[in-house]
Amino acid sequence: MDNNAIIQIRELTKSFPMGKSAFTALSDINLSLGKGEFTGLIGPSGSGKTTLLNIVGSLDTPTSGEAWVLNQSVGRLTAREAAQLRKESLGFIFQSYNLLVVHTVFENVEFPLLLLKIGAAERRKMVMDALEWVGLTDKVRSKPPQLSGGECQRVAIARAMVKRPSLVLADEPTANLDAANSHHILQTMVKLNEELKTTFLFATHDEKVIGYLRRKIYLLDGKVAQDEWVKVDQTEK
Amino acid sequence: MKTALKLAYRNLVGAGLRTWLNVIVLSFSFVVIIWLKGILVGWDYQAKSDMTNWEIGGGQYWHEQYDPYDPFTLAESHAPIPQQFSDEIARGDMVPLLMVQGTIYPQGRMQSVAIKGIDPAQDIFLLPTHKLDTVVDAVPAIIGAAMARSLQLAEGDYLTMRWRDAGGTFDATDVVITAIFSSNVPSVEAAQLYIPLETLREMTMMEDEATILTFRDAGAERAAVQGWVHKPKEVLTASVDRIIKTKTAGQSVFYTILLLLAMLAIFDTQVLSIFRRQKEIGTYIALGYTRREVVGLFTVEGAMHSILAALAGALYGIPFLAWQARVGWTIPMDAGDFGMAMAQTLYPIYSAGLVITTVLIVVLITTVVSYWPSRKIAKMNPTEALRGRIQ
Repeated sequence: MDNNAIIQIRELTKSFPMGKSAFTALSDINLSLGKGEFTGLIGPSGSGKTTLLNIVGSLDTPTSGEAWVLNQSVGRLTAREAAQLRKESLGFIFQSYNLLVVHTVFENVEFPLLLLKIGAAERRKMVMDALEWVGLTDKVRSKPPQLSGGECQRVAIARAMVKRPSLVLADEPTANLDAANSHHILQTMVKLNEELKTTFLFATHDEKVIGYLRRKIYLLDGKVAQDEWVKVDQTEK
Repeated sequence: MKTALKLAYRNLVGAGLRTWLNVIVLSFSFVVIIWLKGILVGWDYQAKSDMTNWEIGGGQYWHEQYDPYDPFTLAESHAPIPQQFSDEIARGDMVPLLMVQGTIYPQGRMQSVAIKGIDPAQDIFLLPTHKLDTVVDAVPAIIGAAMARSLQLAEGDYLTMRWRDAGGTFDATDVVITAIFSSNVPSVEAAQLYIPLETLREMTMMEDEATILTFRDAGAERAAVQGWVHKPKEVLTASVDRIIKTKTAGQSVFYTILLLLAMLAIFDTQVLSIFRRQKEIGTYIALGYTRREVVGLFTVEGAMHSILAALAGALYGIPFLAWQARVGWTIPMDAGDFGMAMAQTLYPIYSAGLVITTVLIVVLITTVVSYWPSRKIAKMNPTEALRGRIQ
């Protein structure tokens, strides 16, 4: 096992029972992601990218094989250990934002810090820093229904980044956004990746997202079809 | 736990009207339960206090033949007062009462009564016995307002009274009503005629005799006395305890229904929440909660309804309950007809124990009702929940 890798996946298979048979969503996946990568799992619907993202996020477990995330085998973690991993080291960004609708922007971003039991003064500073990264300091008291889709996703990014996680998992983060908002969001994430050296792993089939990736892992029918690195100047065009 | 409390509070306040509707219904249960229990405690206290003041003092000795439920025993229920009580009687700390069966004839009608001889100077009972210490041209008598009402008697009225003396001979004389008193104890008023003790003793030739000896001090040690049965205060008030117990059981049904309605609202909210807030549940898990902790959060949320209800109930309940304690609750029918010690206006009494117990019971029940549907979360697949798929 490579101790410098953020994610290491070996011979991973994931099957779901379907009646008397089983549906194999992922088959014999082998991957390794290093620190600071800006990588995407690309593929059509049903290719297994969200399933793989869920396993890496310790929200699901492999049927066979191993998935090591930050040197922890997610398949062997107890529920409490998996929750601890998510709480301390992982950030999630979802297609439909998944903000807590009755909470304000501030409270949504503050939520991960509450779970980490960080003191109020420090919490406030960290939340305001995160909101500054995404340009939403003027919306702290707004609630999600009062925000646009782009603003909601920026709140979700701030929430994912506020605790400075080692790894951010983004599942179709631009699927509900228009082109302008998508680019804005992606530029924000690129900036955070560069400044904070946070590793980003996307599950996407959106060309706009793919254009920003530095590494593209194509999945097809639950298998890695292609794994390519992109030259930096290509993403900066 | 602190985090769960903070989040639960934010979620509840954020949920707005739905939360406040539940809280108002639940707060209503709080206030009504405390008020109803307060009325019962107040009634209990008032009944016992009235019985002490009007009928039983600190306890009694009954002649061994005396049975309050059998008027025929009265003929044999008298005996000389034991010598050992002489000092206590002389100090005014014990009141002898002589009882005989008699008949009065108000306005040509006939009414059986218990004629009670009592010392006009006594001060153990609130009976206006000083009105018996009056020089009039007939035997002075006092009666209760209930009997005065039913027999249409007023102060100054004369009526004929007939009785049998110790030898069994009938005799009759006129009595004059010198006072009409009003108590909340029907057994003191119903078919009772009070005349001076010495007069009754002379009339019945029962020199120095008595039927009941009432003492003032309930706490003093009382020895057994030959021919007399010691009746401590708690024995004499046992009937009130039994009535209150029956009433408590009856009212428990009422506030169980009230609580059930409130709990149904909480249960309904919880069940709805689990279906409607699946994405939120998935998000909590993705952000680092275990499923068990989410169950805890939802349970705390549900239970917090009762905390908010207690606070909301306090807002309008404290002024209401305080006002009720001051003005009381007037029974909308004549309490004198109920046949038990009961004031027309009951004043509720609230103790810290009553309030704390009620709050704890409601919080506990609300927590259980909130936990019950929340257990479903523990079986949820977080990846499905994140997408908001009904499971």
